Amino acid sequence: MNVTQLSAFVANKPGHLQRVLKVLADESINIITLTIAETSDFGILRMIVNDPDKGHKVLRENNITCSITDVLALEIDDTPGSLYNALDVFAHMNLNIEYMYAFTEKREGKAVMIFRFEDVEAAKNALVGKGYNIVRKIDIIGEK
Amino acid sequence: MYSKDIETMPEKKMKELQLERLKWSVKHAYNNVPFYKKKYDEAGFHPEQLKSLDDMRRIPFLKKQDMRDNYPYGLFAVPLNKVVRVHASSGTTGNATVVGYTKNDVEVFAEVVARSLSAYGVTENDVVQVAYGYGLFTGGLGLHYGSEKLGALTVPISGGNTPRQLMLFKDFGTTVFCATPSYALNIADYIEKNMSDYKIEDTKLRIGVFGAEPWTEAMRTEIEKRLKIDAYDIYGLSEVIGPGVSCECSEKSGLHVFEDHFYVEIINPETGEVLPEGEKGEIVYTSLTKEAFPGIRYRSRDITRLYHDSCKCGRTLVKMDKVSGRSDDMLIIRGVNVFPSQVESVLMEIEGTEPHYQIIVDRKGSLDDIEVMVEVNERIFSDEIKVMNELSKKINDKFRSVLGINAKVTLSEPGSIPRSEGKAVRVVDKRKQ
Repeated sequence: MNVTQLSAFVANKPGHLQRVLKVLADESINIITLTIAETSDFGILRMIVNDPDKGHKVLRENNITCSITDVLALEIDDTPGSLYNALDVFAHMNLNIEYMYAFTEKREGKAVMIFRFEDVEAAKNALVGKGYNIVRKIDIIGEK
Repeated sequence: MYSKDIETMPEKKMKELQLERLKWSVKHAYNNVPFYKKKYDEAGFHPEQLKSLDDMRRIPFLKKQDMRDNYPYGLFAVPLNKVVRVHASSGTTGNATVVGYTKNDVEVFAEVVARSLSAYGVTENDVVQVAYGYGLFTGGLGLHYGSEKLGALTVPISGGNTPRQLMLFKDFGTTVFCATPSYALNIADYIEKNMSDYKIEDTKLRIGVFGAEPWTEAMRTEIEKRLKIDAYDIYGLSEVIGPGVSCECSEKSGLHVFEDHFYVEIINPETGEVLPEGEKGEIVYTSLTKEAFPGIRYRSRDITRLYHDSCKCGRTLVKMDKVSGRSDDMLIIRGVNVFPSQVESVLMEIEGTEPHYQIIVDRKGSLDDIEVMVEVNERIFSDEIKVMNELSKKINDKFRSVLGINAKVTLSEPGSIPRSEGKAVRVVDKRKQ
């Protein structure tokens, strides 16, 4: 029940990101949150969408290189030091965060962070023992 | 073997046959095509001087530009009412080159293709799906007539429409597939991307016949693995006849040239000097039997070498290596000779990279600058920048170790490299612009 992230390869040129977004828009796929990692030549667009499987399918059909990956969605208090404390758990377990980003909206007064790990399960187990709330896919995108 | 007498003829006897036919062919061109007469007269050569195969080197070369200058019918050696078919190569840089065939030429064309198919193990029991383009291009009709001559069930589907190709594999029980090697990989990609329930193992496909573009051993391995077939090279050029100038055999090691119809030499592309057997250079063709469009010492620009070995298949015909590049595609980058096929080999060694690439050479100040654009497909894509950067670095390292040059590697979107008529444009040399 991990959260599924949809990622796409986008050239770092005017109009290319928009083309990806148009494909998703035309298929009524809603982006809940996103981040872009960029290099001088290309960017990797990472998104949490309401229907990642359909998103994956339509992007492929439009010849856009993409993939889906399991990521960890973690709920933390929206207070100073909360993220620091969460990362402390990973540091102690020697779990490297490949990358992370945040949800744009608060969820029931709390912040939601997305983490990408080499081993999602290990990271999840480490957190659960410390009383953290892992946000499930169903909580984010609703029942399908 | 389709023509056992010819295909297993002792070398000495073959040379005698070639000399006899050369005398006819050179005379035929000289007597019937003003271009040849003028050129040979100027060079002080007369067909009567052709006494041995060695005398061939006195004859001036025929170049692609000569064909363009004589567009469309200027090099035909028979009246047009004897010509039953024309083919033409695309004129991307000037006039197209037009070649003609008499009834007999069409027969010879079908014969050499039938011999090639037979060398791959194709028989009249096979269903041959021809996915080369039908039209002015020699691929489609060439394979078609050869396959019919062999007696196989021939499916003239032509190129493109991948879902239909895949449907006919199943519905028609196709056993042999003929196409460009890059299209074969496209088909494998298409199945992987869009038809996860399509199992290539469920088809009867067993042999692939690939040509019309240079391809590498690494590509063969990939095609064979992904399409579960034996992949064979068929080589040819429209200026000589079309596919069927030479073909691989069961050994998949070198292509046998049909020497009873085509006389081959290897020359140094810089000096034009004929090189001894075994040395690498540009291959030059002379037609021995063609009536409508004789080609005498045609400079193909294809780089290969010729050799005789005791081929296990039993054929005694001279062999040529898979063409490793074109002398006019050769790039000299910071003094290093680079063929696009070498770039392709480097890319194919990096797992998952299919050869959709483009080399862009430019001059920054006084230094040559090389950029290699590589299209990113799903097999090499990662959502982590770290992994993508490692890929670029791996390609760059490989280039440095194999070619000794430092190339800028640009990862780009699928479809971003321009293609002309399905073939990717491999090299852009901005130094010449």
